Amino acid sequence: MTTTPVEQLVYQRPAALSEVHTHYCPGCTHGVAHRLVAEVIDELGIRENTIGVAPVGCSVFCYNYFEVDFVEAAHGRAPAMATGIKRVLPDRVVFTYQGDGDLASIGLAEIMHAALRGENLTVIFINNAIYGMTGGQMAPTTLPGMKTTSSPMGRDVETSGFPIRICELLATMDGATYIARRSLHNPTEIRKAKKAIKQAFENQLHGHGFSLVELLSSCPTNWDIPPAEALKWIEAQMVPVYPLDDFKSVKK
Amino acid sequence: MTYDIIFSGFGGQGALFAGQLLAYAAMDAGRFVTWIPSYGPEMRGGTAHCTVIISEEEIGSPLVRNPSTVIALNNPSAEKYEPLLATNGYLFYNSSLVSHPFTRRNIHALAIPGSTAAAELGHAKLLNMVLLGAMLAYVPVLPLEAVEQALDNHIPARRRELLEANKLALRKGIELAQRAVQIPA
Amino acid sequence: MTKELLKGNVAIAEAAVRAGVEAYFGYPITPQTELLEHMSKRMPELGRAFVQAESEVAAINMVYGAASTGKRVMTSSSSPGVSLMQEGLSYIAGSEVPSVIVDVMRGGPGLGNIAPSQSDYFQMVKMAGHGDYKQIVLAPATVQEAIDLTLLAFDLAEKYRTIATVLLDGNIGQLMEPAELPPMRELRQTPPDWAVSGAKGRKKNIISSIHLQPEELETFNHKLQAKLKLIAANEVRYKEYMIEGAELIVVGFGTAGRVAQTAVKLARAQGIPVGLLRPITLWPFPEERLSQLADEARGFLVVEMNAGQMIDDVKIAVAGQCPVEFYGRTGGVVPLPDEVLATIAKLDQATLPANRVAALNG
Repeated sequence: MTTTPVEQLVYQRPAALSEVHTHYCPGCTHGVAHRLVAEVIDELGIRENTIGVAPVGCSVFCYNYFEVDFVEAAHGRAPAMATGIKRVLPDRVVFTYQGDGDLASIGLAEIMHAALRGENLTVIFINNAIYGMTGGQMAPTTLPGMKTTSSPMGRDVETSGFPIRICELLATMDGATYIARRSLHNPTEIRKAKKAIKQAFENQLHGHGFSLVELLSSCPTNWDIPPAEALKWIEAQMVPVYPLDDFKSVKK
Repeated sequence: MTYDIIFSGFGGQGALFAGQLLAYAAMDAGRFVTWIPSYGPEMRGGTAHCTVIISEEEIGSPLVRNPSTVIALNNPSAEKYEPLLATNGYLFYNSSLVSHPFTRRNIHALAIPGSTAAAELGHAKLLNMVLLGAMLAYVPVLPLEAVEQALDNHIPARRRELLEANKLALRKGIELAQRAVQIPA
Repeated sequence: MTKELLKGNVAIAEAAVRAGVEAYFGYPITPQTELLEHMSKRMPELGRAFVQAESEVAAINMVYGAASTGKRVMTSSSSPGVSLMQEGLSYIAGSEVPSVIVDVMRGGPGLGNIAPSQSDYFQMVKMAGHGDYKQIVLAPATVQEAIDLTLLAFDLAEKYRTIATVLLDGNIGQLMEPAELPPMRELRQTPPDWAVSGAKGRKKNIISSIHLQPEELETFNHKLQAKLKLIAANEVRYKEYMIEGAELIVVGFGTAGRVAQTAVKLARAQGIPVGLLRPITLWPFPEERLSQLADEARGFLVVEMNAGQMIDDVKIAVAGQCPVEFYGRTGGVVPLPDEVLATIAKLDQATLPANRVAALNG
C-alpha cells in the first residue's frame, strides 16, 4: 500500500483487490462484497497470510479479483476444501466465498458439517435468491411466487418448497460462533455488512471457530430489474423473508 | 511342507485369536504365513472362521477349498467343514458342544471336550487354547514351545493375566488329544 | 527392523504415517474401516490432521484442499464410497495436486456386499471421474507390497503431481502377514512453489481446474497427456512367476493373482507349461511386456474377481495374436486354485498344436 496522506485520499483500491476488471454484470453487488472483504483483509493486515476458496457460480472467478492465494472448489464443496486447508495450515486465515446455489443447495451438507465441527473458518455467503451463472434458475433461496427460468409461473411452494434461511439454521449449531445476515442495498447497510465481515475474520484470528456472514445481494440481470430498482427490491421483498440480524454471536 | 488350517466357531469362542497365535508362532519361526478371517456380518453374532496357511515357501492363495486341518469349536463349524476337509485330514472338534454325527471314513475326526476342560481350568475363554493344543499333538506344524513363546511375545496386555492359564490349556489339549476317541476309530 | 504380523488395512495406514502423511480425511465403510480407525488414533498422537468427514464427497474435497497446500494427504474408502469421490478426483486431476487414495474393493453393483471383489478396475483404471485423465493405480497382492506401494504412491503422486491410488480387494485389507514397516520419514518443511500457503513475498498462487477458453483447456490437456505418457513410460511394474518356458500365460492382480499363482504351480506339477504375470501397476498397464509374451504364447487366461474388466487391457496388449480366455467370480466370491487350475488345463487342451495332439494320441 502507498502511504498517501489521509486528507488527500479520495479513493484507493485495497491492496487485497486485484487491478483487473471483473466479469460481473452492471449493478451486481458481488463487486461491493468483494471490496468489503478486501478492505477487511487490508485493515487486518492478513493479505499475505490468507487463502481464499472460490465456489462454482457467478463468483467462480473471484480468485482473479483478490490478491491472495486462492483455490477453486467443486460446486458446494468449498467448506470441505477449506477444512482441508485449515487443518494443515491452522495459522493461516481461510475463507470461502459462496453463492446460494453453491452453499444452500448442493453444498448444504458441507456447510452444515463445517459449522458443526466448529471449523475455524470465515464464510461469505451471497444470497441473491437465484442461480446467476447458469442464467436465472430457481435457487433454494428463491422467494415464494418469484419467477425464474425454472419456475416460470413463480416458485410454487407446494411443489418446489420454501426458501431456506441459512443463518437461522446454522445458528442452532454449537460449533458456530458468529452468524449474521446483512444486506448490500444501501450505504448504511453496506457499512453494517463490512463490520460483520470484519467480525467474522477477527473471530478466526482469535481462534473462535466458525463464522458466516450472509449478504443479501442483487441480480439485476436475472431478476430482470434495473440495478437501482433491484436494490429497492432487496429491501422490499427479500428483507422481510430474510431478516437482518446477528443470529449468533458467541463472545469468548 | 505347507499346512492349511481353518479355525471356526461362534464369535467370542476365540477361533480368530487361536489362528493369530499360530500365525505369530509361525512368523517367529521364520516361516511364510497368512491369516485371513471371515469378516462382515458373520463376525456379528454368527460363526467366525479364519484360514491360516504356514509354509516354507512363498504362499500364493491365502484361501483353500479343502483344508488339511480344521478346528471346529461349535456344531455349525463341524457340519460345514466335515465335507470340505481334505482326504486324511484332521478335524478337532469341541465335543462338549458338537453333536454332529461324523460319517466320512477317510478323515481323522478327534473329539476334544474343550468347553468342559476350559471350565475345569477356570475360564471358558481357554477353549480355543485347548483345541489348539490338541491340534499340535497330531499336526506337526510347530512345536508346543514355539506356540508358548508366541503367547509370551504377543498376548495382548488385557489378557496377560491369563498367560499361564493359556499355557496350561495348551498342555491340557495335548493330553486330551492323546487319549481322544478318533472317528473312525 | 523386524517383521510384524500386520493386517493389510492397518499396514497401509501405518505405512502412510511413516511416509509422512500430514492429513487424513475419511468416512467409515467396510471393508476399509480399520484403516480409518488406525488413523483416528495415530494422527492426533503425532499432531497431524484427522477428520472423519460427513461423507466421501466431503472427504475427497478435504483432501483436495489440504493437497493444495503441498502437504502429503490421503483418504481411503471402499467401492461405493469411491464412486462418491469421483467428482473430487476429477478436480484434483485437473488441478494437479498430489493426492493418495486407497480403495479397498467390495462386491457391487449398488450396495452389493462387503465381501472382497475387484469390480472397481474400470472405476479406478478407466473412468475415475469426468474428463480426460488417468491416475496411477497400484495393486498390492501381499501385506508387504501394500506397505511398499503406499510409500511409492506418495512418492509418485508428488513426483508427477498426480493422483496415485492403492487398489486392493477386501481380502488383502483383512489379510495378516509378516511384513516390515519403513522407518518414520521427516516431514517436508517448505511447501512446493506451486502450493497455496499465503502470498507472502511472492505473487499469489491459484489452484484451479478451470480453463474457460477451449484452446487454453486444450493446451492444458496436451500438457497433462504428455505427463501421463511420461508416467506410462517410466512407472510400469509387474511380477512374473514361472514365466520361463511358459506357453500359456495367466494374468491376474491382487488376490486373484495370488490364487492364480497357486494354480500355476499346481499346473506346472502336472506338466502344463504355464506362467503368471501379475500386474502391480494397473495404470500404467504392463502392455508392452504382455505384447512381448504374446509373440510366443499359445494362449492367455485372465483371472479376476469381477465379470471381466482387466481382460480388455490384456486383449489390447495381445492384439489378436492368440486366444485370451477369462475366468472370474463376482459378487464377493473368491476363486480358488482348483477352479483356475481346471481352466488352465482346458486352455492347454484347446490350444495344443496339432502335432503335439497327434503325439499325445499316438
